[in-house]
Amino acid sequence: MSHVDSSATQPAILSEVKPAEFPRATLVEHNRGFDWITDKICGIIEGRTPGWWWACFALACFVASWTVGGITYLVATGVGVWGHANPVNWAWDIVNFVFWIGIGHAGTLISAILCLLRQKWRTSINRAAEAMTIFAVVCAAIFPVFHVGRVWFAWYLFPIPNANYIWQNFRSPLEWDVFAVSTYGTVSVLFWYVGLIPDLAILRDRFYKAGNKVRSWLYGVFAMGWRGANRHWSNYEMAYLILAGVSTPLVLSVHTIVSFDFAVSLLPGWHTTIFPPYFVAGAIFSGFGMVLTLMLPLRSIYKLEDLITQYHIDCMCKITLATGTIVGYAYGMEFFIAWYGANPYEGFAFINRAFGHYAWAYWIMISCNVITPQFFWFKKIRENTWLVWVLSIFVNVGMWFERFVIIVTSLARDFLPSSWGYYSPSIVEIFTFFGTFGVFSVLFLLFIRFLPIMPMAEIKAVTPQGDPHAGHNAH
Amino acid sequence: MAASNHGVIATFDTAADIFHAAEKVRDAGFKNWDCITPCPVHGLDGAMGVRRSKVPRFSFIGGVIGFFTGMSLIWWTGAVDYPLIVGGKPLFSPMFAFPVAYELTILFTAFATIGGMFFLNNLPMHYHPVLKTDHIVRGLDDKFLIVIEATDPKFDAAETKAMLESIGGSEVTEIES
Repeated sequence: MSHVDSSATQPAILSEVKPAEFPRATLVEHNRGFDWITDKICGIIEGRTPGWWWACFALACFVASWTVGGITYLVATGVGVWGHANPVNWAWDIVNFVFWIGIGHAGTLISAILCLLRQKWRTSINRAAEAMTIFAVVCAAIFPVFHVGRVWFAWYLFPIPNANYIWQNFRSPLEWDVFAVSTYGTVSVLFWYVGLIPDLAILRDRFYKAGNKVRSWLYGVFAMGWRGANRHWSNYEMAYLILAGVSTPLVLSVHTIVSFDFAVSLLPGWHTTIFPPYFVAGAIFSGFGMVLTLMLPLRSIYKLEDLITQYHIDCMCKITLATGTIVGYAYGMEFFIAWYGANPYEGFAFINRAFGHYAWAYWIMISCNVITPQFFWFKKIRENTWLVWVLSIFVNVGMWFERFVIIVTSLARDFLPSSWGYYSPSIVEIFTFFGTFGVFSVLFLLFIRFLPIMPMAEIKAVTPQGDPHAGHNAH
Repeated sequence: MAASNHGVIATFDTAADIFHAAEKVRDAGFKNWDCITPCPVHGLDGAMGVRRSKVPRFSFIGGVIGFFTGMSLIWWTGAVDYPLIVGGKPLFSPMFAFPVAYELTILFTAFATIGGMFFLNNLPMHYHPVLKTDHIVRGLDDKFLIVIEATDPKFDAAETKAMLESIGGSEVTEIES
């Protein structure tokens, strides 16, 4: 494969028609060299802790304390401190769970699915997106775990022998969810860690050279003695490819199973077969919203414009547009099926969503999820970083409301009109939820401070310098 | 051949240089040698004569074990250890057991893949002569290195050094073991 004489293998017609060269988008601007990439990414970790970092960290810790406080109060008092009441016994906790899990999905999409599709632009954003996945899963896990009430029995979720002898009901989608989410969290951490190994080795050696033995040792322990040998790279790349290969069905299955939590029930508005693909598209949509929300400030603060180029932003905006449009199609199709299915309960559930007591939530959802991404059709808007950032916030808000609409409107108006109700969250719920943004930010800030925010080795591999056949076709 | 030495290391500047140098070292018949690169270099396996990785075998075995772990876990807990009829359904069916078995297939595959990668790479190995050289910092940053080990039957300190210089290597030095 290495010694392909391009002139000999090209069809003769090519010399006659002289096809125009289709320029590949540059992934690293200004033709930056390997050493520039290493210095840039490692410099973020090796430099002094910036003032803004401390300010953000303090704020994030303060916000995170709301979750800690809310949960402490819940454990001390009982699940009744949340606003659940008949018929809505499942509300913000599951909304927040699905919201955070969904955000995680973009990270796996970028690291796994785009890897299989050989989308080289993923390299600049995949490390941070994978970190986002892991931290989002952490935030998501808080809600179902504490919703069990007596949280010290949360281990009953797993098939561990206990004094009651009884086992889990494996026919329940909720039990499937336990396995799906815990597998997802574990595999995401493993995938992230494997990607980090070569970069940790660079940090180990740089800190050693700089005389910082403690940090060199700490990075070295996790670098596992990586030395960049090609016989290692060979196995490493194969392992990475297989991890991408198994993460792809994993990420699709996780949100499918999350959607089974609803779709397998008999409640109108939940009992629909469109849920699995619709949830997966929505998850990727919300996740890309969050990736944009996080990466655009990072790009600007750390002057990473050469690594996260306009081309990267364009690609992310286009995926947001595509998945947002799929979500919009799903909203329309749900209505169509509700009418076409001729089930009066189903029909009522959807009319009620759009025009009932929760219509305000429904129309927030429609405007944020269906209208917002349509702006990304326009190049002018994609090139306006501030506007993209603001639109990405709308996507995040819209996707939270999507879960709220699906879950709460369906439960509040179930089969028995005598038990109809209107759900409002309690103050404890509100603080617990908003606090998770603090939890997420604390973790993310620690990540950007102590770990390389971009995979240096992977970026180098997609530059012209990393390609042994670049620039000369004839040997 | 100095018994105390691990081998010889040479530096190359570009991916293309090491690609061609690797072909020459391979053709010279060396076995115990390696390239040190800051990123995976496309096609270098072929240039070095490295065979296709065996990691997939580990992955496959892990996946099979994971799938049967899931299925047998649900069968044993639900139909053998504590049979309990729920909703008039059979005590075991591969249908409802599938999602959990599927997730465990992926979980075990991932662990087996990473475990297999570490095993085949002889990692973790925190002490290695190459890591003690001054070259390694650049080798993980922006240079490309070739290491020929003294254990290679064709190794001869002087001759090997000359060979590495002749194929374009710079800063050719011996590595203490």
